[in-house]
Amino acid sequence: MVYEENNTEAVEMRHIISILLENEAGALSRVAGLFSARAYNIESLTVAPTDDPTLSRMTLVTTGTDDIVAQVCKQLNKLIDVVKLVNLTDNAHVERELILIKLVAEDERRDEVKRIMDIFHGHVIDMTDTTYTVEVTGDSEKIDAVLKALEHITMLEVVRSGQLGMARGGKGIV
Amino acid sequence: MELTGAEVIIECLKAEGIDYVFGYPGGAVLHIYDAFYKQDDVQHILVRHEQGATHAADGYARATGKPGVVLVTSGPGATNAVTGIATAYMDSIPMIVITGQVPKHLIGNDAFQEVDSVGITRPIVKHNFLINDVNDIAETFKKAFYVATTGRPGPVVIDIPKDITAEKVAFEYPSEIEMRSYHPASNTDHSQMKAAIELILKAERPMIYTGGGVIIGNGSEQLHTFVRSLGFPITQTLMGLGAFPASDSLSVGMLGMHGTYEANMSMHHCDVLIAIGARFDDRVTGALEKFCPTAKIIHMDVDPASISKNVTVDFAIVGEVTEVLDEMNALLGPATNQINKGAIEKWWAQINDWRAQDCLKYDRESEIIKPQFVIEELHKVTNGDAYITSDVGQHQMFTAQYYGFDKPRRWINSGGLGTMGFGLPAAMGVKLAFPDEEVACITGESSIQMCTQELSTCKQYGLPLKVINLNNGYMGMVRQWQEFFYEKRYAMSYFDALPDFVMLAESYGHVGIKVEKSCDVRPALEEAFKQKDRLVFLDFITDREENVYPMIPAGAGLNEMILV
Repeated sequence: MVYEENNTEAVEMRHIISILLENEAGALSRVAGLFSARAYNIESLTVAPTDDPTLSRMTLVTTGTDDIVAQVCKQLNKLIDVVKLVNLTDNAHVERELILIKLVAEDERRDEVKRIMDIFHGHVIDMTDTTYTVEVTGDSEKIDAVLKALEHITMLEVVRSGQLGMARGGKGIV
Repeated sequence: MELTGAEVIIECLKAEGIDYVFGYPGGAVLHIYDAFYKQDDVQHILVRHEQGATHAADGYARATGKPGVVLVTSGPGATNAVTGIATAYMDSIPMIVITGQVPKHLIGNDAFQEVDSVGITRPIVKHNFLINDVNDIAETFKKAFYVATTGRPGPVVIDIPKDITAEKVAFEYPSEIEMRSYHPASNTDHSQMKAAIELILKAERPMIYTGGGVIIGNGSEQLHTFVRSLGFPITQTLMGLGAFPASDSLSVGMLGMHGTYEANMSMHHCDVLIAIGARFDDRVTGALEKFCPTAKIIHMDVDPASISKNVTVDFAIVGEVTEVLDEMNALLGPATNQINKGAIEKWWAQINDWRAQDCLKYDRESEIIKPQFVIEELHKVTNGDAYITSDVGQHQMFTAQYYGFDKPRRWINSGGLGTMGFGLPAAMGVKLAFPDEEVACITGESSIQMCTQELSTCKQYGLPLKVINLNNGYMGMVRQWQEFFYEKRYAMSYFDALPDFVMLAESYGHVGIKVEKSCDVRPALEEAFKQKDRLVFLDFITDREENVYPMIPAGAGLNEMILV
């Protein structure tokens, strides 16, 4: 009997998934709980109410093989609170992330930080005699590049928002 | 007229046509119990432990197809129900579990008998609700029943703070409900169906593999038409037994870890696999990389998430089993004369060779009682037509292998979660639903002790069940694994302090009979079923080290069975 070998290599890819869910107590924990219960990865997750206060919009970044991510999407769709789900990775889309960094900025560092912020279109949004707090937005590659550029400066605090995403073109998710 | 929240709950249950609620009172649900006291429409069955309530409601639901309803108090009431909720969830059983909660102003304060019931049950329910406003009770119940009973069914928990059950509100039950975020799959894809049929007609070594979905979706009749018009072999999972008659020559028995040789060999060698309402569970597939290596796979299921979850399939048809099979049958129609008859005949010849192996043979002449023998005799005494519940372990597998279920909803067991203690309370739910039918619980001396307390419930409500205890003094399945895989080191699998089950049954006011010889099995069973109004507990002292064969060891393929 001939056995057909399945040689397709399963490659892990990054996926960005946009979810509309009921803005109800517990909806977020249903999503988060699903990921831990089924041992799926979450790289980042952001959630906030939309212009319609009964709905929340969540952007979730996960990694996995195509099979796993297909299963993740099906399981998410099964949650009663999930109204709509789109895997943005399938089509052209924009991504943005916001980073806030508090860093030590003394003497010549003060100008250097401002120069770096100019290059990355970031801003200094708070300061003390010895520190700056800066903000930068961009896709995750740009945010990584900012962190690299500031690597040699002492950072006191770093906070990233996680990815937000939206499909390109004229159509909305709803 | 205004009703209290508690009275609204009763009205909701009435509106849903609920006749029984299984429960146990406590502080947070006292208003609800008071409302129960004042009416006669919905009967409350008082169990002895909340786990029993969930299993009884579950058994009722499996036997009738209607949702089972449970009422428990907050805190330990809810946590005791967790095992039963998870049991129902794993087998997709429609169930509504009402849990009391501490008053709203105390939530989050570590109040007496407070737990986060919604949080605890979240991963083991299809959905759950915490009601915050007395005005929301009716709509929440409507949603809960809708979600629990449609699509792939499952348990739904409704957590209700005590203060809300005392507040007053005008009652109106919604006649219909629309949920923007819940639309159970119902559309069937004709292009996939036509492609599937093309494949089916060309098949040389086809196999039909069906699961619990056919029973839950009431698709037996459509399945009969489908299988018989094709004349293909059919194997059923543990959860699917009875959807197609075991006595039909097209049935090759159960598949999987303790499936028949012919079923597993046919699975392994088939070229087209037609899976219906089955989920490719690990107990069915064995090692995934060795599963059906030469087959193209067609999968019909109501749950899109079941498709290509464990095994990647070639054609997927998502929808209710009745609708899907009706359409498949219509599309097949006269085309069935295009089936590759010559190849199918050869395939049957091969399958019949495998059948000749007689993999379920055992020593029928043994003086020591063989557990298989008890099941076969039970089949004869009940004409194969009883409702049979079971616990979990060897006795469960022996029943699946030897009872030969010919009708759906007759075989009631915990397949997915494998919950010991399920059998007796589940049988109570079945008997209440069908008081004129024979209901037997097949159990073992280990399983029965996990819910023995329900013998008291049986006494209170006069439930004349027949309890068939296959007593070998071991946790049989644990012992079997220890024999095979741990060089007979029987760690903690031996019971050396068993109760006298006859005295135990009698102490609850039931009849107890101990049976120690094979020749006494039949008369004892006949005597038990003659006692129409009494619960009879039959304690069969069986062969201590009998094993369940065939067996597929973990990590092996379906063609790598251990035979007797």
